[in-house]
Order: sequence, then C-alpha cells, then structure tokens
Amino acid sequence: MSTITQYVPQAVPPPPSEPGENYLNAAFGLRSWLLTTDHKRIAILYLVTVTLMFFLGGAAATLIRLNLMTPYGELVNADTYNKLFTMHGVLMVWFFLVPVIPVVLGNFFLPMMIGARDLAFPRLNLASWYIFIFGAAFTLWAITVGGVDTGWTFYTPFSSKSSHTNVIPTLTGIVISGFSSIATGLNFVVTVHRMRAPGLTWGRLPLFIWSLYATSIILLLATPVLAMALSLVIIERVFQIGIFDPSLGGDPLLFQHLFWFYSHPAVYIMVLPGMGIVSELITCFARKHIFGYTFVAWASIGIAVLSFLVWAHHMFVAGQAVYSAMIFSILSYAVAVPSAIKVFNWTATLYRGSVSYRAPLLFALGFIGLFTMGGMTGLFLAALGMDMHVHDTYFIIAHFHFIMVGGTVMAYMGGLHYWWPKMTGRMYPEGWSKLAALIIFVGFILTFLPQFVLGYLGMPRRYHTYPPEFQVLNVMSSAGASILAVGYLLPLVYLIWSLGYGEPAGPNPWGATGLEWQTPSPPPTDNFVATPIVTYGPYEYSPLEETELVG
Amino acid sequence: MSAEHPLLAHHFDDIEQQRGAETLGMWVFLATEVLIFGGLFTGYFVYRSWYPRDFEAVSARLNVLIGAVNTVVLLTSSLTMALSVYAVRTGRQRMLLHGLTLTAVLGTAFLVLKAVEYYADYRDGLVPNTAPFDAPEHQREWAEAQVSPQKVILFLMFYYVMTGLHAVHLTVGIGLMAWLIVRARGGTLSPERYVPVEVCGLYWHFVDVVWIFLLPLLYLTGTHHPADFTHFL
Amino acid sequence: MVAEVPLFPEQASTIAGRVDGLLYFLVAVTGSVTLLVTVLILYFAVKYRRRSDGDRTPRILGSFRLELFWTVTPLFFFLVMFYWGASIYNDVSRPPDGAPEVYVVGKQWMWKIQHPDGQREINELHLPVGRPVKLILTSEDVIHDFFVPAFRTKVDVIPGRYVTTWFHPTRVGTYHLFCSQYCGTNHAGMVGSVVVMGEQDYDDWLAGTRAEGSLALQGRKLFLKLQCDTCHSPGPHQRAPLLENLYGSTVHLEDGGTVTADDAYIRESILYPEAKVVQGWRPIMPTFKGQLADKGSELTEEEALIQLAAFIRTLEPGQTPVRTESFPAPVGAPTRPKGKEPASVVVPERPPGREEPP
Repeated sequence: MSTITQYVPQAVPPPPSEPGENYLNAAFGLRSWLLTTDHKRIAILYLVTVTLMFFLGGAAATLIRLNLMTPYGELVNADTYNKLFTMHGVLMVWFFLVPVIPVVLGNFFLPMMIGARDLAFPRLNLASWYIFIFGAAFTLWAITVGGVDTGWTFYTPFSSKSSHTNVIPTLTGIVISGFSSIATGLNFVVTVHRMRAPGLTWGRLPLFIWSLYATSIILLLATPVLAMALSLVIIERVFQIGIFDPSLGGDPLLFQHLFWFYSHPAVYIMVLPGMGIVSELITCFARKHIFGYTFVAWASIGIAVLSFLVWAHHMFVAGQAVYSAMIFSILSYAVAVPSAIKVFNWTATLYRGSVSYRAPLLFALGFIGLFTMGGMTGLFLAALGMDMHVHDTYFIIAHFHFIMVGGTVMAYMGGLHYWWPKMTGRMYPEGWSKLAALIIFVGFILTFLPQFVLGYLGMPRRYHTYPPEFQVLNVMSSAGASILAVGYLLPLVYLIWSLGYGEPAGPNPWGATGLEWQTPSPPPTDNFVATPIVTYGPYEYSPLEETELVG
Repeated sequence: MSAEHPLLAHHFDDIEQQRGAETLGMWVFLATEVLIFGGLFTGYFVYRSWYPRDFEAVSARLNVLIGAVNTVVLLTSSLTMALSVYAVRTGRQRMLLHGLTLTAVLGTAFLVLKAVEYYADYRDGLVPNTAPFDAPEHQREWAEAQVSPQKVILFLMFYYVMTGLHAVHLTVGIGLMAWLIVRARGGTLSPERYVPVEVCGLYWHFVDVVWIFLLPLLYLTGTHHPADFTHFL
Repeated sequence: MVAEVPLFPEQASTIAGRVDGLLYFLVAVTGSVTLLVTVLILYFAVKYRRRSDGDRTPRILGSFRLELFWTVTPLFFFLVMFYWGASIYNDVSRPPDGAPEVYVVGKQWMWKIQHPDGQREINELHLPVGRPVKLILTSEDVIHDFFVPAFRTKVDVIPGRYVTTWFHPTRVGTYHLFCSQYCGTNHAGMVGSVVVMGEQDYDDWLAGTRAEGSLALQGRKLFLKLQCDTCHSPGPHQRAPLLENLYGSTVHLEDGGTVTADDAYIRESILYPEAKVVQGWRPIMPTFKGQLADKGSELTEEEALIQLAAFIRTLEPGQTPVRTESFPAPVGAPTRPKGKEPASVVVPERPPGREEPP
C-alpha cells in the first residue's frame, strides 16, 4: 500500500508501474476503444464527440453572425436563419455545454482524484457514450434533412402545433441524450459516495469533485423532467391532443414551467464544473491553499439546491402572477450569493500566492473576469422591472454567453490545458496557448459586450433582420466573432500537433497537489498500483506549521 | 492483502464497497424515476384542478374493478419479491425460485389484466380520439354532464401515458425477474451473491409504489356507484 | 458616424425613466464590484507573481469574518435591487382606473389593433401623449410579445388568454414596436411603430380614421348576425340568461361556484359554453368556436370575440337588440298559410352544417 503523508511539491515520486505501459498503449485497435470500460478511454471518446458538436454548433453561429452583418438578412432567408439559431442552441446546450466538463474531464479525473481505479459502473459509463452518440445522431439527422425552427426552447404552441419542421426527431434525440446525462450523474454520485480512498473524507475532497458531485445531483433530478416535458410535446404533435394547445383546453405556460424546471438547473450543470476547475487552477498556479475551502465546497451544494427554486425567472413577462414573480425574483438573488462567495474566495487565494502565468491560469482568470460580468448582469435580470425591458433581447443573449462561453468554455479550456500533459503525456506549446487565451478573451469581449447595448436598445433575439440603426453594434459583434473563431481553432490545431510533437511530460509538470499527479503521464489503466491512503487535505502547498490566521 | 472475494470486480477494493455501490446505484436510479413520473403527475394535477368536473366524469367510467384486482395482484407480487430477497439471504434456494417465479407470474397477470382493461376501454369508446363523440348518445351524455370533449381526451391521454409508462416499467421488471430466475436455477444466487436480487427487489417495489399513486389519482377521482362494478362484468 | 450609434432608447413613458434609473444603480453597484475584483486580481497576480520555483506561500485557510462580510453585504444590495425592480413591475401590473382600453391581437405575423371607438390599425398604434392607456392583448395562434423599447415594457401575448399592460406616454414621437417572443418564420418581420401624438393631432387622427362604428357597435352587429338574440333575449322563448348589466357582475354557476363576468369569462362562454353554466339554466348553448369570423374576412376570431365583449360591456337593461328585419319570401317559394304562428326556432345542440371542432 502506498501512503501519502507529507507532500512536498517539488519532489516527484517515481512511477511504480511498468515504464511505458499506460492506458493508451495497453491495447490497440478500434475494438479496444469501442468496447473499452476504462473511464479514461471513454473520456477520450467523449472528447472527440463533443469537440465535433462544438464546431458544428460554432459553424451555425458563424453563419448567424455573418447574416447579422447587414440589417436586411441578405445571407440566408428567414426560415434558414431560424433553423440556424435553433441548431446552434440545441447542439451547444445539450450536446456540448451540458456534457463537456463532466464527461471529458470528470470521467477522466474523478476516479483518479479520489484514488479509485475506475468509476463505480464502468459498463454503464460506456453505455452512456453510446446513448449520447445515438441521441446526437438522431438530432443531427433531423437537422440535415431539413432542420428544425422552434428555437432551442421549443415553446408551445409553436413547437407543438405550428412548426412544420423536424421537431419530433430533434426532441427524440435530445430525450435520448438525456439518459446519457442521467447515467453519468448516477455513476459520479455512487463513485464519490463509495469509492473514495481510505482517509479521503468529504472534507478532504478536491473542490473539482465537490462541484462534480453537485452537478450530478442536478443531472439526476432535473433531466427526467425535461424528458417528460419534451415527450409530452412529441405526444401532442403525433396525436394532436391539446396538452399545451389552448384551443384544445391545454395551457402553453405549463410547457414553460416544465421546460424551465429542468433548463434553469441545467445552466448550473454547465457552470458548476467550470467553477470546480477554476478552484483547481487557482490553487495550483498560485501555489496556495484555497481560501475558504468549506465555503467554496458548500457554495457548490447551495447553488445546486437553489437552482431548482428559480426557474420561473425565465417567465417574468410570460403571464405569471405578480406575487409569484416576486418570490422567484428574491430566490434568484439568493442563488447569486454562493457564486459571489466563490469569486471572492478565488481572489483571496491569489493574495500572497506565487502566481505563475501559465496558460491554464490565464484561462482561469479569464473565467473569473467574464463569469463575474455575466453573473452581475444576472442581477440585472433578477430585478423584475429591468427584466421587463430586456427579456428576450440581446441583453439576455449577452448575459448567458458571458457565463457559458466566457465562463464554462474558458474553464474547460483551462482544465484541458492543465490536464493535457496527464492525459496525453505531452505538453502543449506554451506560447501558442497564451496567444490563444488572449485571442479568445479579446474576441469574446468584442463579440458580446456590444450585445448588452443592443439589448438595452431593444433589439429582440432570434431576429434575422433588424432596424438599420443597430448595424454598427452588430458589425462589432460579428467582427469579434471572427476573432473568437480563430481563438478556438488555434487550440484545435496545436493540441492535436502536440500529440505527435509536444514535449514529453512527466508525472507532475505543475508541481500540483492531488492524487492524479501521483501517477505517470499518461496513467496506467488501473490508475494506481494500490489504493492510496490519504492523511492530508487538498491544496497543501505549505507545511502545516506555517498556518496563518487571517481576520 | 487478504484473498480477493471471487465476486469482486477489479475496480472495487472490497466486496462491501461493491455491494454498497450497487445498492446505492439502484436507489439513485429510482430517484430519477420519481422525477420522471413526477413530471407527468404535475401535468395531470394541473389539469385535474382546472377541469375537475370533466376529469371526474371520465374517471368514473374507468374500469375500477380491474384496477382494484390489479392492485391486489401487484401488492402480492411485492410480498413475493420481499420473500425472495429473504430467501436468497438465508440460502433457501427453493423458496427463492418460487418467490421469483410467483413475482413474475403476478406481474404478468397484471399486464394481462391491463390488456383486457385497455381492450374494454377501447370497446367503451374511452380512447383519445374524437370517435366516441360522434355517436349521438355519447354527445348527449357528455353534454348533459357538461363535459367537454377536449378535456375528456386530455384525461384519457394522461391515463394511457401514465399507465402505459408504468406498464413499460413493469415489463422491464418482469424481464429482470426472468433473468434472476435463470441465475437462480443456474445456482449463481446465494447469501454471498444476493445483491442482484436486492436491487431488482428495490426496483419492483418502486413500480408497485407508482401504481399505488396511479390508482387513486386516475381511478378514484370520480364517484363510483356499486352498479359500476357490475357494469363491467 | 460614432455619434450616430445609439446607446440608449428614448425615454418615452413614465416607466422608462424609472427603469433607466434602476439601470444606473445596477451598473454603478455591479460595475464597482467588478472593477474592484478585477483590480484586486490583477494587482495580486502582478504583485505576487512567481519569482522562483522555490517560492513559498503562507498557509492561509480562510477567514470567517471576511466570508460573513462578503455574504451579507451582497445580500443587502440584492434586497435593494429586488425592491426597486419589484416596485416598477408591480406598478406596471396595475393599470390606472379609467384608462381607455385598446385591444391588440397578435397573429403570425402582424399586430392588429382596435381602438374603443372602432379605429383599426395594423402594426401601428397611435396614442395621445400625456394620457395613460391600457392594452388588452391576446394572440390568435402562438405566443407573441408586445415590446416597445421606448416605453421599457413588454408583455407576452398568449393564445387563449387576455393579458393586460399599460403605459403613460410622455414624449411625442414614433417608436419601435417589436414582437419579442419567437413565433415562426417571419418573427423578425412582426414589427411596427407606436406613434405618440400631441392631443390635438391625436384627436384629428381619431376623427380622420375610418371606423365602422365603435367596437361595441360592431359587436352588436355580430350579436345579431350570429343569432345570439335567439336565446339571450327576453320573452317567452328566452332560453339563456340575459346579458344586460352582466359585465362586472358576479355570476352564480350551476356547480355552486361564482365567477366575475369579465372579458375572459365572456370569451370562454362563447367558445366553451359548457365550462361555466349559469345556475338555473340548462347547458344547451352551442360553441361558436371557428364560426365567429367568416373565412376570407379581415376580422379574426379573437377580434370578433373582443367586439362581442365590448358590446356586452355596454349592454344596459332593456337594450338587448331584437332582430326586426324580415325578408319577403323569394318568388315561387312555399309560403305559410296566414294566421299561423311562425314555427319556433329549434336550437339544436350543434347548429346544422357546422362541424364539431376537434
């Protein structure tokens, strides 16, 4: 049994396994990949899949922004435009943002970070990938044979009665992929409960694990309601029964309640794992213990719980009672508090740290800046009188892109770069990565900051033409989008390049704490030769004797 | 290191951890199932509170006799399931086999009765399309009761989807029973290897509990007269 | 060129100024905090940059007092934000008494507007400056949203329901009207203008705009055309409650409940008469769904319902109209022998030739 008692960041314990034997070269051939139960290989399978979906969704976004360069919608016609933004939303939300960090970085590192050899149910893990592929295939097929034009929110009665596009196959694909999410969440929850290494108490878990755990709770409890909401729309379309059609006795608002009951917690599925990554990156690259561990950990749980109580803030102008709207407004402010706590704690972690400007940290700082701005605009939206004006305008679009792109995607990039040497045994090129981070940051701001102004001016969302006085801001936004596109293509190129030509990486190139850095890069199939025994909390970058009390 | 338990999967450290994980996994899965049915139940509740008269009128026409018999059948099957779990943990192989078989048989009986009931509903015109409303005597009847066709169809949609989803889950459960029976006959279930029976038992009880909610919600909202019971014979 | 880039919509209503005030407060508070956090992060990142690989950092675990501070302080600001926003929203939800009502029907992909005196507009709404106006909106098909950025208000327009909003325009001018709930192919084309005019100009416009009579008058014509008077009129053949003085009163229903007779109740009773049957009357009213507007006419079903409701609103005791027209039989048609009473009109449960809606 190997024991980890005193961790000294600079020393690197030699890998105890056969040199050269790792999860990548343990077996070769397509079958060994397609029938694998190794969580690391499954993570790589997912990585390829979600990257494809990201670039497909990004292609739709490119066409959208190109069309919006002129006010008269000259690039594509209205129907095509409507299909493009629907495709962008559907692919990005369900096939990229919701899964990406859990299924790529979570699948790869959750077992390693808790000292386990695999997840609790490895075959279920593989099944979840196949279910995901199946759902994605359905949806992509629906998009290819004519598209769907309801918007990713599928509001009734337009989606259930009016739209003449491929609603049913798209919804089917989404429902199927939902089961993949549920399987992943189930696996994570059981693994964290039952398979922590001896000595790894809940209070010693890395914050990335806390955030994945909170995310999994949401995945498990919210996704089934989405499955039901979308299935009811399918039933209404097939059988022409008036579940949501007022002329047949139904209520269109019921759909909105069922849909947002899932979709609001879903946005926390997207951002919570990103926050977990940021905690890992800040501590490693400031080489300092996290400030306020308990608060940050409980903030994740708090966000998960509160996220279920705010769904109707998407419906402030939709026709709910005034007092109901007020309750949801207050609760929406409440859910902002734990996020704020995290941001302050990260800032405090940098204080008197030793900050190294490697690419992962740049991405993490980018997250903090952009997520904070996006979150602040959430406070605008929680104010009923303000939301009344900016709801369904570009203000909303800017708000959620700041959080999902400026937040989640930045965090994902940071995590991907951080853990890339561990996953592949290769370092990415540092210069290019810093350039990419900078380009992404600048491109992002130029794309989305003008959209706040556009929204307040009143430009509604999902418009393929607009009044000419809005053109300058739209052109700025489209220009930014082209820069952003370059920023995302760069890592695609240099990360793939690094697989063949990157500098070989040792077990712990960052000098980070964490069980995953105690293994070779890339890790052997079983991660650890023997289950580690943990006697230490996470982020112990300094000796215990030097503990200082602050405030 | 102690000798490895023969059933231990390679990624678990000891058999207790494995068993704990498998059982927790089933509980977590059942939690998601609660949410799936919960979504449907919410939709049903909303419309039930808006259209009480219409929903009660249709509910009163449902075959409450078969519903009651099915309830007894399913509750009994939960008993036989619980006895099966007891049997496997105490090494009573024959009791285990009988328990599992009875459970599967009772579950199948439920499905057969359900099929009979669906057929009777179909003959009675209780299907979610407009056909029943074309017959003049139905129109007069519904109009007298001040009941609207759309709302009747809405109720029937919920009825079929909720009981249908339940039946699908029950069918899966019967499949699980079949798998367990095969394993029991092959001798691979024992006091050491009891977790499969236990987790399938949890699933079976859950399916039973869903039915306990479905019955009053769907069948018992309207008033049923004693005559109703003989009407269906 | 730069000067022409607008950053703010015009403030053209009493609410607009309040919303902008809230905006300034939000920008100030959130901007300061964001700036503070950004400055701190950059400052720490630079001041505490790594100088050598052997750098040591202090083991600082946290500070309860600091956590308390930065949990409670935001909460305080959030409560202020909540209260400010909620009070604006609350005021918008309470239209002032006596404000004139304009009816809006949204349909794919246009806005159809009916003024109380009968003027109709499409994609344009003319309003007088300085006077509040209440809008009653519904949709013909899918969910739309009536959004006037210059007024800072919007409301989702839902099929099957009436929603209301109101504004008090404060500036003469022409302002954008947008549909801001995605509604299909031509969602981006469902735009128009709100034209706020000076008092005199508005009166001129009202007088000069062709109206076929007020909404109530048009409703009266429909009432007769659809033969509502067959049952809803006094006399030996009365089969339904009189609609005089109905609007706003409390109606006692067959099942023991009560309901206030408002626009929604009237609409429901015309479309789904079995839903709320008045106490003491039999449920024999047929539904008029799908029959209120002739195919090909410019009037939509929702607009017809609005006209009928407007008429019923004005109906005073003794004013139920009676069909007095009679038509001579065509040449050669069989005639009734003199002296016999005309056959009483049988009200079938479903009018002949009309299909039961699905």
